[in-house]
Amino acid sequence: MADLDAARDGMAGLRDARTGELRQETMVINMGPQHPSTHGVLRLLLELDGETIISCRPVIGYLHTGIEKNTEYRTWMQGVTYVTRADYLSPFFNELGYCLAVERLLGIEAPERAQVIRVLVNELNRISSHLVWLATGGMELGAVSVMLYGFRERELILDVFEAITGLRMNHAYIRIGGVIMDLPEDGAEQLRELLRVLPGRIDEYEDLLSANPIWLERNVGVAPLPAERCLELGVTGPILRAAGVAADLRKDEPYCGYETYEFDVPVRTEADAYARYLVRIEEMRQSLRIVEQALERLEDLPGPVMVADPKVAWPPRLSVGPDGIGNDPAYLRHIMEESMEALIHHFKMVTQGVEVPPGEVYQAVESPRGELGFYVVSDGGHRPYRVKIRDPSFVNLQATPDMIQGQLVADAIAAIASLDPVMGGVDR
Amino acid sequence: MDALDWALLVARVVAVFAALLVAVMLTIWFERKVIADFQTRTGPLRAGPRGILITLADGIKLFFKEGILPAMVDRPVYLIAPVIAMLPAFLAFAVVPFGTSVTLFGREVPFQVADLNVGILWILAMTSMGVYAVVLAGWASGSNYPLLGAVRSSAQMISYEVGMGLAIVAVLTYSGELSMTGVIEAQSRVWNVIPQFPAFVVFLIGGLAETNRPPFDLAEAESELVAGFHTEYSGIRFAMFFLGEYLNTVTVAAVATTLFLGGWRGPWFDGFAPWLGPLLWFVVKVVAVLYVFVLIRATLPRMRYDRLMNFGWKVLIPFGLVWVLLTGAVVVLPQEIGRRGVLLAGAAVLGLVLLASFVAPLVQRRREVAS
Repeated sequence: MADLDAARDGMAGLRDARTGELRQETMVINMGPQHPSTHGVLRLLLELDGETIISCRPVIGYLHTGIEKNTEYRTWMQGVTYVTRADYLSPFFNELGYCLAVERLLGIEAPERAQVIRVLVNELNRISSHLVWLATGGMELGAVSVMLYGFRERELILDVFEAITGLRMNHAYIRIGGVIMDLPEDGAEQLRELLRVLPGRIDEYEDLLSANPIWLERNVGVAPLPAERCLELGVTGPILRAAGVAADLRKDEPYCGYETYEFDVPVRTEADAYARYLVRIEEMRQSLRIVEQALERLEDLPGPVMVADPKVAWPPRLSVGPDGIGNDPAYLRHIMEESMEALIHHFKMVTQGVEVPPGEVYQAVESPRGELGFYVVSDGGHRPYRVKIRDPSFVNLQATPDMIQGQLVADAIAAIASLDPVMGGVDR
Repeated sequence: MDALDWALLVARVVAVFAALLVAVMLTIWFERKVIADFQTRTGPLRAGPRGILITLADGIKLFFKEGILPAMVDRPVYLIAPVIAMLPAFLAFAVVPFGTSVTLFGREVPFQVADLNVGILWILAMTSMGVYAVVLAGWASGSNYPLLGAVRSSAQMISYEVGMGLAIVAVLTYSGELSMTGVIEAQSRVWNVIPQFPAFVVFLIGGLAETNRPPFDLAEAESELVAGFHTEYSGIRFAMFFLGEYLNTVTVAAVATTLFLGGWRGPWFDGFAPWLGPLLWFVVKVVAVLYVFVLIRATLPRMRYDRLMNFGWKVLIPFGLVWVLLTGAVVVLPQEIGRRGVLLAGAAVLGLVLLASFVAPLVQRRREVAS
């Protein structure tokens, strides 16, 4: 009974094995869930001896929004709007993973142009996500200027996202069977401008940090996690690549035609926070390369951005109006005034949606944080039977105790920053 | 001393007190504006022209805020700690000469509250008192984060005080004076920053650490310890800590100006308000030093606690000691063995170093070949 109580209060490891009393010689501090550098609402229960961390247990669940469960009560298409909110810093990856999974169940493939646009927005999203990592990571180590610089550049990318999708986050832009609408007329121009500006800015961060003695001191050799341990724990993404394993789903199990793009997978072998920093910085450059190639392809690649099958394609058409992106007036007139059949079709598709044949599928994409997998089960109805998200933040987070036990409190901050967890993805 | 003398003294104290408050207000505004500039932001804009009254607004807000008294605190100590943080910071400034003097009612009024003959020791003593505020606040809060912050900060402040003290010893040895006025007197030919540049650097680093400014702001590292030793403080008590901290910053900048940058010395027009020039020069120099502090804050990440202590004890203090030794040698040796002897000895040491630098690579190479 005492054991049960001890386990329930989350302090089992902090009690003396013999007496059951809390150990007195060490100090227990609760880092989070309200703490400036726990990336939202992560809670770390740290047992300290002076400044040295003896034990650490991460506690999660403070941002649980029931995204997975909610998808079971909505149509397949509505699932996109839910999953995009899971890991809110990389919404396009969630949408892409989910849509690819459903498309595989349906046995369809998005048109070529949609594939290229998907790659394009995903790689931009990778950069914007890494910029948030750089900004918050810099701030947590006290480099406040870096925070502002990171968010400044992210803002440029979000502006382009807004121009393309109408929203800065949670876009619901990638849909089953393609993307909801084509790039705006001046889209290519805006993207070119971005490609012109960003490389110089990334060099600037490197100038500011890469050889900065204090930055090196705070990162080199900090939070080590060797490759074997990464593989044991299922850690993926930049952390695994910084440990010398060149695992990248874009190369290993390509989707959306990634095999046809030219890019390198940056790998380091030091397996510390600094190696992760270098890997992520280089990934931003590689993503820019991919965006450039995608942009070139779009030039002479006409065609639809949504499959033709009316039983799959989302019927409403969108267009840019004076108040931003919204329903296309011509389409509204068509269904409301001209065609009864179109209205019925619209109604059926919006309320009931796609019918997906029974089956189950696991589809993974390489998100900025690692392997983002969607295990989707259909029982043949209009709703998913189960959508399980394998979020890389969730899996990577369990490496925290390994990384910081025996190190200092300040290193715990550097370790969490180098993990780059997004609690929205962890708790889903 | 008659009544007029007393009145002038009180007036001086009040004027310095008020000036310091205004200086802190402007320093905080200045820091926020400069950092905003670095970070492509605008900084405070609303309160007063270009946001210059922002600190006043913040102060008023903090003054009227509820002072929360957490349940676990040790009441008397908790209440007295912010006062201890603020008082010595004011007192330290008493010996800083911020100008020459002015004649009022036929009396010579110096621009300094008190010219103690041990002026610099007074400053060291007062800044050391600041440690008590931090320790007591951290302990009396009865909470984990403040305790950690207090432990960090007391260790840091005590260690870096040694380094800072060594830099001051070097300057004092060099100028042969203990009172602040005397040190400025001694800089009439050349500012100490030139012959004593290493001591200047040590002093600035020690000063940054002593005032808990970035990159040494471990005591209140907001990303690690939330707010460090003053986590549990709110309202006017928090404002006192804040005020004390910035007062210390201004004092360190003023002391750096006095010891190394020639104090109030600077060119001025003959005959035109002879007291105004030195005052302006002093302010300009203090602002320059503060600007360097802000620059450092905008650029550098925060050090880690153990590395900070390593740096303090293994780099800064040995370096300071060697520099004190060198300064002592330069000051004392000419008196003992004459100028000629010193030159000869210097030449001999230089020759030996050169010889060693020629021989060392040969030995090194042979060892490499052997292995």
